[in-house]
Amino acid sequence: MSWFIANLGLIWQLTLDHIALSVPPIVLGFALSLPIGWLANRRRLARGGILSVGGILYAIPSLPLFVLMPALIGTKILDPVNVVIALTIYALALMVRTSADALASVDRDVLQSSTAVGYSAWQRFWAVELPLAGGPLLAGLRVVSVSTVSLVSVGAVVGVNSLGYLFLDGFNRYFPEEILVGIIGSVIIALVFDGILVLIGRLLMPWTARTTPRWSRGRAVSALAHGA
Amino acid sequence: MIEFRSVTKQFPDGTVAVDDFSLIIPSHKTTVLVGSSGSGKTTILRMINRMIDPTHGSILIDDRDVAGLNPVALRRSIGYVMQNSGLLPHRTVAQNIATVPRLRGVRRASARSQALELMQTVGLDAELADRYPSQLSGGQQQRVGVARGLAVDPNILLMDEPFGAVDPLVRAELQHELLRLQGELGKTVVFVTHDVDEALLLGDQIVIFRRGGVVAQKGTPAEILASPADEFVASFVGADRGKRALHVEHTRGGDIVVDSDGNAAGVLADENAAS
Ligand SMILES: Nc1ncnc2c1ncn2[C@@H]1O[C@H](COP(=O)(O)OP(=O)(O)OP(=O)(O)O)[C@@H](O)[C@H]1O
Ligand SMILES: [Mg+2]
Repeated sequence: MSWFIANLGLIWQLTLDHIALSVPPIVLGFALSLPIGWLANRRRLARGGILSVGGILYAIPSLPLFVLMPALIGTKILDPVNVVIALTIYALALMVRTSADALASVDRDVLQSSTAVGYSAWQRFWAVELPLAGGPLLAGLRVVSVSTVSLVSVGAVVGVNSLGYLFLDGFNRYFPEEILVGIIGSVIIALVFDGILVLIGRLLMPWTARTTPRWSRGRAVSALAHGA
Repeated sequence: MIEFRSVTKQFPDGTVAVDDFSLIIPSHKTTVLVGSSGSGKTTILRMINRMIDPTHGSILIDDRDVAGLNPVALRRSIGYVMQNSGLLPHRTVAQNIATVPRLRGVRRASARSQALELMQTVGLDAELADRYPSQLSGGQQQRVGVARGLAVDPNILLMDEPFGAVDPLVRAELQHELLRLQGELGKTVVFVTHDVDEALLLGDQIVIFRRGGVVAQKGTPAEILASPADEFVASFVGADRGKRALHVEHTRGGDIVVDSDGNAAGVLADENAAS
């Protein structure tokens, strides 16, 4: 505990670094997965190809990828961009299938009727397909978020600082408190991110909370209260 | 007036859904397309607003070929109501009705007040305005669908089995509501159904299809009932069962209507006396 208190400044700084390294891959991976997932649904052949490339990318171990990044994109060895880009690739690999499936899950009748009343393809994507795919997209994004937050730690091995530095340093010094602080810290970040995503989902998709008819909602609430 | 000139539609997989189809759909009247499943009714309807483009032939609205019109603008000027309402599940009732006016750039507030007015027109309680479609009964959803179809006050209203998924009592109610509305609004309605009773009730003109989009007969309900073109039509409208082949017998007590078995079915209501 004394180590924790003495090093609050360092821990806070590493927490901020950890967040700064996690957010861009999550956002970029999600944003890029949408057009690619959409495209995958256009053509059957493309779909198979795109989805298997995604699966293969995710199978590459993270450490070698971090080490290889400078050779691939010509950055410096210690550049945090290496980690951000590598993690974006993982996020994208995880998210592409989800995005393709989520967009494909939207009710065809609703799409047909949107076209029939005069949505252009572009308007229909933003106003109908994307919001209606929102549930499964959010579920996928929550997995990507947790996965990214935990993978950021590996970057410490190639010298990109995050809470992962605390595991590494703690191991080298046989110092359990430091390791524990690193683990708890990244779990808290993952939980906070997850909470934020759920909250954003509630705000952007108010209909999902209200789709149960009123009479059964009351019952569901009382059932929950009894269960708790 | 909507005119089909020898229209053929062959889908990429080779299915010929509509074959050399010609029809004039008069303005301000209800034309019902009726026929068994797969006879090409939906395909014909969707060629009017360019959801589907024909392989051959042309479709004209007031003498203008739709092929030359912008599809999105065309669709926004035509009402469309389909089975299972096709409402947007993530928009409230009022937002659903306001969809097309909003797409056409009407301000939110005026689109909403117009939506509330339309709810009244189609017999929906204003209380339902802020519910989501899944919180409504099937009949209420269809009313919302009709209100949305009417939202831009279109000249043409396309209806694809709009009452196909509701129970018979609600269907009868919706049918009469539509008759009342049509009496007030006088739209050019193209209505698809496979329920022949619905066709006879709603249609000013009825087109009966065989498989493969071939027209078996077209005419007014009276013409079709009085002289079915062939066995197919006769059995389709139930005339062969004697149910519809009514004729008038002059008796001393007045005219009575008699069915093909010779049983009295009723009397002819005197329209002048009734009104
Ligand atoms: N996109 C498509 N691709 C290939 N074939 C199609 C397509 N849409 C419809 N068809 C075929 O065209 C024919 C006519 O279909 P259509 O939907 O117009 O029939 P319908 O009269 O509306 O039938 P229902 O009463 O079941 O709605 C059917 O054989 C159908 O399988
Ligand atoms: Mg159909």
